[in-house]
Amino acid sequence: MTGATPVDQDDRGLSVTARHRLRDVALDVALDVAPGACLALVGPSGAGKSTVLRIVAGLLRPDEGVVRCAGETWVARDRGVAVPPEARSCGYLFQDHALFPHLSAWRNVAYGLRDVPRRERRDLAITTLERFGVGRLADAHPDRLSGGERQRVALARAVVRRPRVLLLDEPLSALDATTRGRATRELADVLREHDVPALLVTHDFVEAATLATTVAIIDRGRIVQRGAATAIAASPATAFIAEMSGAVVLTGTAAPADHGLTRIDLDGGGVLLSTDAGRGPVAVSVHPWEITLHAVDGSGGGGVAGVEGGPGVEGRSGGSVVGDGPGGGGGPAAGSARNALPATVTSLTTVGNRMRVGLLAGQPLTAEVTVDAVGRLGLAVGAPVTAAWKASATRVVSAGDPGVD
Amino acid sequence: MSAGATARRAAFVAALVVALTVVVAFLTFPVVAIFVRSSPGALLDGLRDPSAQDALRLSLVCTSIAAAIIVVVGTPAAWLLATRRFRGRSVVITLVELPLVMPPAVAGIGLLAAFGPQGIVGRPLGDLGLQPVLTTAGVVTALVFVAAPFYLRQAQAAFEAVDRRWLDASRTLGAGELRTWLRVAIPVARGGLITGLALAWGRALGEFGATLMFAGSFRDITQTAPLAIYERFATDFDGALGLSAVLVSLSAAVLLTVRIVGRGAVVGGVRG
Repeated sequence: MTGATPVDQDDRGLSVTARHRLRDVALDVALDVAPGACLALVGPSGAGKSTVLRIVAGLLRPDEGVVRCAGETWVARDRGVAVPPEARSCGYLFQDHALFPHLSAWRNVAYGLRDVPRRERRDLAITTLERFGVGRLADAHPDRLSGGERQRVALARAVVRRPRVLLLDEPLSALDATTRGRATRELADVLREHDVPALLVTHDFVEAATLATTVAIIDRGRIVQRGAATAIAASPATAFIAEMSGAVVLTGTAAPADHGLTRIDLDGGGVLLSTDAGRGPVAVSVHPWEITLHAVDGSGGGGVAGVEGGPGVEGRSGGSVVGDGPGGGGGPAAGSARNALPATVTSLTTVGNRMRVGLLAGQPLTAEVTVDAVGRLGLAVGAPVTAAWKASATRVVSAGDPGVD
Repeated sequence: MSAGATARRAAFVAALVVALTVVVAFLTFPVVAIFVRSSPGALLDGLRDPSAQDALRLSLVCTSIAAAIIVVVGTPAAWLLATRRFRGRSVVITLVELPLVMPPAVAGIGLLAAFGPQGIVGRPLGDLGLQPVLTTAGVVTALVFVAAPFYLRQAQAAFEAVDRRWLDASRTLGAGELRTWLRVAIPVARGGLITGLALAWGRALGEFGATLMFAGSFRDITQTAPLAIYERFATDFDGALGLSAVLVSLSAAVLLTVRIVGRGAVVGGVRG
């Protein structure tokens, strides 16, 4: 699925091809983003992700390449076209926000409003700040704001000019865990409301999966795989991508359940329980090494595949429970797993001393087990198994419903 | 901790206190002496002397013009040095800083060799009737020469401390390079720029050697306050003290202003 189908380019879409020699990598990327879509560039630091944003914004001129957005050509090196950043209209959300330290919050937002009559600037800036819930901080300087407040001011500043493309550089990395949930939802709202192409740069696969419509894994300057987050997590093309994608991502609808748990009805069938709160459309993530695999009757005996979870996933009979790492290989750990999905093995990929097992259970998911365990369970492509993990290992990430937590 | 160690520690702290006391006493004693030796009456008398007033006025006019020239030309120059990497940059920086360590007498000779009647630049200037030697313009020339490096150095450091991302953000928000410089870089670096200006101004106010050699010491034309003090210290010590007291007060006022302004600054300001 790597760039196989030519995207039907809407006139307002973003299209980038760029080659640029960096200090230790050669960036070479081609990407298209449709209006209203968000492409996440996921990769380790130094992979060239932020360079792509800088090229789109005009802060860096690529050695070679073409950038088109909103029906205009911003860069065409062969024709000598290079529109300066101030003429491009990019809503750029910087890492650490980059708020002007000498200006109050509203003046930060109003900074880009030179086309608006002077007396309307303040009102427009404050209205936008209010829309992000920080109207009361209009006169505060950035050093008086918390991380989450700064993020909102920066968002207001980025969108107040109605940009034609949104560029988000590690938008959540400067935030602590408690603020991150709400900031994620606000970002998702912004992406939904602004019907423009968006590029998100992150090293966090779950963040990408939550906010983006498509994920592109970038490594040493090249896009090595792209597609839906769930698909990439389920069948990573290389061991590097397997490492990068880290978590399994499933989508579904959350509702409160008994005992303070949350019940998630997965899209495509199946039910999960989580200790996280959540309501409405959500993404659920779990690390592949949290998932234990159990043989289904006939292929090893004893494995009970209760879809509603429950303590029914017994692993003692026949040593069919396979975990990864210490404590994962015995009954007690598996016995506390509340989630169990019947699945079919779709792929087996060796990642170092582990085996990544691609599974299909309505949605694709991945488990990571020891190579030894694959032999003991007799895993092969097409074999039925039960994938089980604890409710407490199940993270619920809201996909943008403002009513959550 | 043993008694010996405690005693050693106490002795060390005591030595530090003594050292600081000596430093403060030595550095403040001459300043205090100026005010102690001159009675307020004598001080006022000295200031009523028309030649003293002329010298002070000339000092203020010349240092202000020099400061204005330094800021107008030095600010963009410092910005270029701080933000662009080019071949020969470190050579340029060294050349710009050279006057900092140059003996005033050497500066005076150098200025004469360059701008004097027989100088490389001075001869064509003289043909145009713009010969600066022994004129007020010559005073300003000397002041700019010795004081500019103080401003350039400080301004360059202040601009280097401006986060690149603020500049990037400004560009993506529709501001061109010039507007970004005026609306983001300069306000953010304000503290460092003011500190540099104060240092340069203070240096210019006290300039003596290069001015004397290049511009001479003619009352109301080139005799600045330091030259006036020098002229009268043998014959009219009280008058010299009075002028000195005024100069010290001015310098202290500048230093204080910088500390107050610098405290609110974002980068490059004086902390304390």
